[in-house]
Amino acid sequence: MSEAQKTEVTPLVEEELRVPITPEVVEQHGLLPEEYQKVLEILGREPNLTELGIFSVMWSEHCAYKNSRPLLRMFPTDKAEPNPSVGRILVKAGEENAGVVDIGDGWGICFKIESHNHPSFVEPFEGAATGVGGIIRDIFTMGARPALLTNSLRFGDLESPLARRLMRGVVSGISHYGNCIGIPNIAGDVYFDKCYEGNPLVNALCLGVLRHDQIKRGAAKGVGNPVYYVGAPTGRDGLGGASFASKDLSEESHEDRPAVQKGDPFMEKLLMEACLEMMAVPDLVVGIQDMGAAGLTCSTCETASRGGAAVEIDIDLVPQRETGMNSYEIMLSESQERMLVIVQAGREHELESIFEKWDLHAVQIGKVIEGDRMIVKKGGETIVSIPAAKLADDGPVYDREAREPEYLAESQSWNASSISDLQPEEVLTALEKLLGHPTIASKEWIYRQYDHRVMADTVVDPGHSSGVIRIKTDTGEKYVSIANDCNNRYCYLNPRKGGIIAIAECMRNLVCSGATPLAMTNNLNFGNPYNPEIFYMFREAVIGLADACKHFDIPVIGGNVSLYNQGPDGAIDPTPTVSLAGLIESIDHVTTREIKNGDEVFLLLGDFPDEIGASLYLQTQYELKTGDAPDIDLHAAGRLYDFTLEQIKNGRVHAAHDISEGGLLVTLSEMLFGETTFGAELNLNPTPDAGRIDALLFGESQNRIVLAVPPTFVESVVEAANDASVPVHELGTATKAPVFNLSISGKTIFQTETSKLRSIWDEAIPAYMSRI
Amino acid sequence: MKVAVLQFPGSNCDRDAYRAVKGPLGLECDLVWHKQTSLAGYDAALLPGGFSYGDYLRCGAIARFSPVMEALVRFAADGRRVLGICNGFQVLCESGLLPGALVRNNHMKFVCQDQPLQVEDSDAQFNSAKLGSSLTVPIAHGEGNFRIDEPGLEQLRRNRQILLRYSGNEGNPNGSLADIAGVRNTNGNVFGMMPHPERVVEPFHPNQDGLKVLKAFFSLN
Repeated sequence: MSEAQKTEVTPLVEEELRVPITPEVVEQHGLLPEEYQKVLEILGREPNLTELGIFSVMWSEHCAYKNSRPLLRMFPTDKAEPNPSVGRILVKAGEENAGVVDIGDGWGICFKIESHNHPSFVEPFEGAATGVGGIIRDIFTMGARPALLTNSLRFGDLESPLARRLMRGVVSGISHYGNCIGIPNIAGDVYFDKCYEGNPLVNALCLGVLRHDQIKRGAAKGVGNPVYYVGAPTGRDGLGGASFASKDLSEESHEDRPAVQKGDPFMEKLLMEACLEMMAVPDLVVGIQDMGAAGLTCSTCETASRGGAAVEIDIDLVPQRETGMNSYEIMLSESQERMLVIVQAGREHELESIFEKWDLHAVQIGKVIEGDRMIVKKGGETIVSIPAAKLADDGPVYDREAREPEYLAESQSWNASSISDLQPEEVLTALEKLLGHPTIASKEWIYRQYDHRVMADTVVDPGHSSGVIRIKTDTGEKYVSIANDCNNRYCYLNPRKGGIIAIAECMRNLVCSGATPLAMTNNLNFGNPYNPEIFYMFREAVIGLADACKHFDIPVIGGNVSLYNQGPDGAIDPTPTVSLAGLIESIDHVTTREIKNGDEVFLLLGDFPDEIGASLYLQTQYELKTGDAPDIDLHAAGRLYDFTLEQIKNGRVHAAHDISEGGLLVTLSEMLFGETTFGAELNLNPTPDAGRIDALLFGESQNRIVLAVPPTFVESVVEAANDASVPVHELGTATKAPVFNLSISGKTIFQTETSKLRSIWDEAIPAYMSRI
Repeated sequence: MKVAVLQFPGSNCDRDAYRAVKGPLGLECDLVWHKQTSLAGYDAALLPGGFSYGDYLRCGAIARFSPVMEALVRFAADGRRVLGICNGFQVLCESGLLPGALVRNNHMKFVCQDQPLQVEDSDAQFNSAKLGSSLTVPIAHGEGNFRIDEPGLEQLRRNRQILLRYSGNEGNPNGSLADIAGVRNTNGNVFGMMPHPERVVEPFHPNQDGLKVLKAFFSLN
């Protein structure tokens, strides 16, 4: 008789749960027949319904990463060349709720991004709000005080009433939760594309700050130590949310509304403050884990697995806000704002008095015992007994079939000669169309609803390439910069390049703010992985991300995979959202995109290549999503970042802005839209001269940054660029008079008042959102 | 001058206010938990922004039942200085220490932005001679729409109790009656304002107008 077969489990006391485990019941739980076989092997007997439910959520895509784990192994999770004073990885991806990076002087930052896509489609307000709540818990569970939020949002075309309704709900949900709890929302990226109409993306990020000695682990250690349940009572909300997130959205998805949790930011604020106060007491907390996806189940088995011990809980002791809940419901509930805490035996009163101060539940529901199991009791009887590590870590892993979609080769061979080039008199209208596209237009309608100044540490507000905060440490001040990026058109047309460019663009954004990038978190949003074409795109995008991270020695410190992002009209474009955090050495190096004086010279770092494929221009001008993503040379990218940072640190740069969606002319326009609206006198002298006007002005070639440099420094910056092998071109100057003049090779293209361009950019999203 | 920054369970600008008073202003300052029943030893009290008690009823409606509020009412009656910022202003209105009420913004959305303000000539501490005629201080609230009945408004005007009004190109950000952004009581020792002075006190902030406001309140030079 094997070890497994010896465990006895009492038949469930709840009458309604005593059903035979038929193949149909297994299927309803989303487990494949071979996965059920594995359950039988692990247990050495048949599971009861509660145990089956536990396996089903733990082995869902959301918790077990069963179709993505082999791909995630490609990511570098540590520095190849660690610097002892800054940038070391203190907690790696996958070890805990979130990773931690050293920012020097004994301090660290902890950050992670997570999706709440499906709930946000069904219930935009609650879905988005609880997404924010979940990621905040992941961060303070690590012992870090949350310091900022960002989010990556993707909606359908705002012409659609559904897209507008979803955006309204999602933004107010994020605003409600983040503002209430008092964490500034300082950056983000928002794209609009028809592919997200039936499946919006809501990826929320939280970054926290902590001293190295404050890092907490989610491990149940020390036999005899009590296990506490703290925070909100358990209800029936969010039942099976992890399983819900692991299937396609359909017409029937709205019937899954009970799988969407309801958030209470006030409760979370209390829980956060109580937990931070508790964790500040030396050696009181042995382990701590939030109850997120798969709730009590996940926190119990993961703490046991990490601690190499057994955890036994008595379900009758769990605080409940509804009557008549059975063990299945209690174990699978995803009620929000709850944590599991293991404290040092004998010091229970210290925990209890802190939670009493905050008027929160703190109930001992079990203890750490000898063994390796997760044991659940009810009415004195054992009703669940499962080897914790096998449940937590030995879930099924699949290497799915991949097949290149046929459209890829076709669209990549698209030739720009199939569309006519822009005529000079058409340029201004084309620019106006781009500035009025919601993906490019000002996002103020969104971020004005977020409290981005609470904590009084915000240095650079949202609306710039990166958000920046000040961190006050015991010995001084540090400045952290953060940006999110991912261009879905590139990923749809060339997933590998799309993945590389997501990292490269995010690095450009950080560098333009004056920051040295430190580490990355990502949210891999894709369609159904059982479709070989989707899995191919997924794999290629991950290869691209991993290659770029390895090239720049940027470790991945955590993230999230969100699959099954598809509605009745098909899958979303591949969207591997990335976010990088970096460090700015001095407040004097903090740089934004805005012209300061109106006499600066614009210098283009990078060239004038002839690429127009995959651009947003093709979308706004021809409604085309085709061509190949722009080429990118990572060695040239590295030279560009180093050079830009060096110039910023030397104090020669008044403004810096990267070139991405919309190309050169959009970048230059945005640099004029500051607190003051400036003008520009531009004369482009492209070399070679024979290229297309559309590619010159609106192409999205990579590795390009525009610097605004005071006239006195132009010569020295150009010289330094030549020495550093970074291509550089003088484009003209900013002017105090708010008039935008553009010439190409001496020939006038257009002259317009900057305020006209600015009002298009300012008013595009409010105009859409004023419609029902 | 020793300042108490009151801490309600959902206060989220308590640490910011504490830091501003202690750092740039250089005053003695403590965080005082809402379950305390005495404010003995303090010269001024500051009610910070946040969402005290989750604002499930009206903003600030439950906070007024906190034990510390009884002490605060006595504290104010003794003529000591009390300043409510944002949610703190709402709590002062709910508890009757200040006239009027704050309701949902007329556009129904939360708004966070730098806000131009016009300084009204209220009293010796709060006037344009002391503060200049205009300030820019950030606002961040969903319920900052000041309401009061007609006789009440007339009384505010007559007693020069209006401290600040919303101004600037974009004008009134929340539908507030008579563009009111801040008021004081008739005695001139209890002040309330929706803008957040504690967010504009350090060199890296967009400006340092908050220092002027706090200095005026604490009667510092």
